[in-house]
Amino acid sequence: MTASLLSISGLSAVSDREGGAPILRDVSLSLERGEVRGLVGESGAGKSTIAKALLGILPRTVRVTGGTIQFEGRDLLTMPARDLRDIMGAQISLIPQDPQTALNPGRRIEAQLTDGLRLRRGLSRREAHVRALKLLEEVHIRDPERVLRAFPHELSGGMRQRVLIAAAFALEPKLVVADEPTTALDVTVQKQILRLIRDMQKVHGTAVIFVTHDLGVVAQICDSVTLLYAGKVIEAGATADVLQNPKHAYTKALMAAGPRYDRPDAGLEPVPQAVFEQLRAEIGIR
Amino acid sequence: MAENLLTATGLEVVYGGRRGVKVLHGVDIAIRRGETVGIVGESGSGKTTLGRALLRLVDVSAGSIHFDGRDITHLPEAEMRPLRRRIQMIFQDPMASLNPRHTIRRILVEPLLLHGLAKNAAEAEARVAKILERVTLPAACLDRNPHELSGGQRQRIGIARAALLEPDFVLADEIVSGLDVSTQAQVLKLLKGLSADLGLAMAFISHDLSVIRAVCDRVYVLRFGKVEEEGTCAEVFANPKSDYTRILLDAIPLPEINPGWLDPKTGIEDAA
Repeated sequence: MTASLLSISGLSAVSDREGGAPILRDVSLSLERGEVRGLVGESGAGKSTIAKALLGILPRTVRVTGGTIQFEGRDLLTMPARDLRDIMGAQISLIPQDPQTALNPGRRIEAQLTDGLRLRRGLSRREAHVRALKLLEEVHIRDPERVLRAFPHELSGGMRQRVLIAAAFALEPKLVVADEPTTALDVTVQKQILRLIRDMQKVHGTAVIFVTHDLGVVAQICDSVTLLYAGKVIEAGATADVLQNPKHAYTKALMAAGPRYDRPDAGLEPVPQAVFEQLRAEIGIR
Repeated sequence: MAENLLTATGLEVVYGGRRGVKVLHGVDIAIRRGETVGIVGESGSGKTTLGRALLRLVDVSAGSIHFDGRDITHLPEAEMRPLRRRIQMIFQDPMASLNPRHTIRRILVEPLLLHGLAKNAAEAEARVAKILERVTLPAACLDRNPHELSGGQRQRIGIARAALLEPDFVLADEIVSGLDVSTQAQVLKLLKGLSADLGLAMAFISHDLSVIRAVCDRVYVLRFGKVEEEGTCAEVFANPKSDYTRILLDAIPLPEINPGWLDPKTGIEDAA
C-alpha cells in the first residue's frame, strides 16, 4: 500500500484571541495524489484554518494543540523551518481567494511570476521569461507578452485569477490549496476558472484541497468532500455519496437551505434550530 | 392585475460629467403594487445604478420615473422628502448602513419619530417591540450596538427598520450576498413573508439567479446597462429567451453530480 500524499490526523487547534476556544476539533482527512477534495462549511467551520495550517501560515493567535499533518510521510508541524520553506510554494502552493489583493500592486506580472522560477529553480531571467509565457498560455491568456508587462490593476479580476493559477502551478507542486478561489467572481467567470483549475489539475496530476462554502462548486469539481461545522468533521466521503445520500441531518439541512434556480420553492428553508442543537450536543459545545 | 406603483421609461445614467461613462442605456422597468421584482446581472451590468436611479439617489440624464402616478424624475429634494418614507432601502452591508455608535433601539425608534409615525417615544417603542418579534429577534437586542450582533441579525435589523416605516416600495440591494446559506434562507424567508403581509412592492437586486428564483415574481436580466430579458420567473427560468440568460443559468453550479458540466459548450460562453 502506498501512503497518501497528505494525511491529516487528529488535528486540533485553539484560538488565543477567543480565550483559547477550540477552532479545530480532532480533524482527520487524507488526500491521494491527483485527488480533488472539497473542504466545505459555513463561516467559522474551520475550513480556512485547515488551509492555512497546510500552508504553514497559521496566524500567531492560533495554537495547534494536537495532531499531525503528514505530507509525503513527513509531519509538517514538527519539520525544521528550513525544510518547510523548501516545501511551501514549491510542493504545496496556494490559489488565493481575492485576486485583487494577492498580487503586489507595484510589481509587474512578470516579476511576480518569475520570482519562484529564478530563486527556487535557478532559471535565468531569459529562461524564466520563456517559462512564464508558457504558463500564461496554459491558463488561456491571450497576448501573454502584454500581460507579463502589465501591472495587476491593468487586468480584470478573472485575468488576475488566471495569473494566480499560473503562479500556483509554476513550480509543479504536488498539492494546490485553493482557498475560495471563485467567491469574488461573476458566475460566468467562475465557471471558466473552475474549468481551468480542473484542467490544470488533470494535466499536471496535482492534488487539490478546494475550500468553498458552495456545495454546487463541490459537486462539479471535487472527487471527495469533507464537511465541517465549528471545527469538527461532520460528514466526509466521495462527493456523489455525500450529495446524493447525505447521512447527517446538518448535511441534509444545508442542501435544503440553498436556493436553486430550477426549483422555485428552494432556498427558503433555514437550517432548523434542532439541527444546530444536535450539532452542539455531538460536538460538546456548552 | 395590480396597477404599477413605480415605473421608469428610457432611463439613462451617466457618471462623471459631460464626457462621462454611460452606465444605463435606456432602461424600462415597471413594478406593480405588492409584487417583488428581481434585478439580476453581473458586475458592471448597471443593476445597482438602476436601483439608485429609481430611488432618485443618482441623477438621470434621460428618461422618466413615476411613483404612484406622479412624475418624480426631477422633483426637488424638498418635494421628494414626503415620499422618502414610502420608499425604503435595505442595504448590502448592514455594518456600513447602521450607525455603529447608536444602539439598535435608537436606530429603530428614531425614524418613527422623525417621520411622525409615532406620537411619542413610548408609542415608538411599542411598535419597535412588535417588529422585533416579527423579525424573530430578542428584545435584548435593543440595548446592543450593531457590531454586537451577527451578520444575519444585523440584516434583520435592516429589514425591520425598512418595514417599520410602512413603506409602499422597498429596494433591497444584494442583501444576502455576505451571508451563510443557513442564515440566507432565514433572511429570505422573513423578507418574503413580510412583503406578503405588508403588501410591499419590492425591487430585489442580486447577482444570484437562484436567490432571485426563491423570492421574486418577475425578473429583469441586465447586461451592459440594458434590459436583456424580462418576464415572470416561471417563464424566464424555465424557458429563457435570451442566449445571455441561458449562459448565466448554465454557469450556476447545482449541488448534484453533472458530468460534463465543466466541459466547454461550443464557444457560446466566450461571447458572454
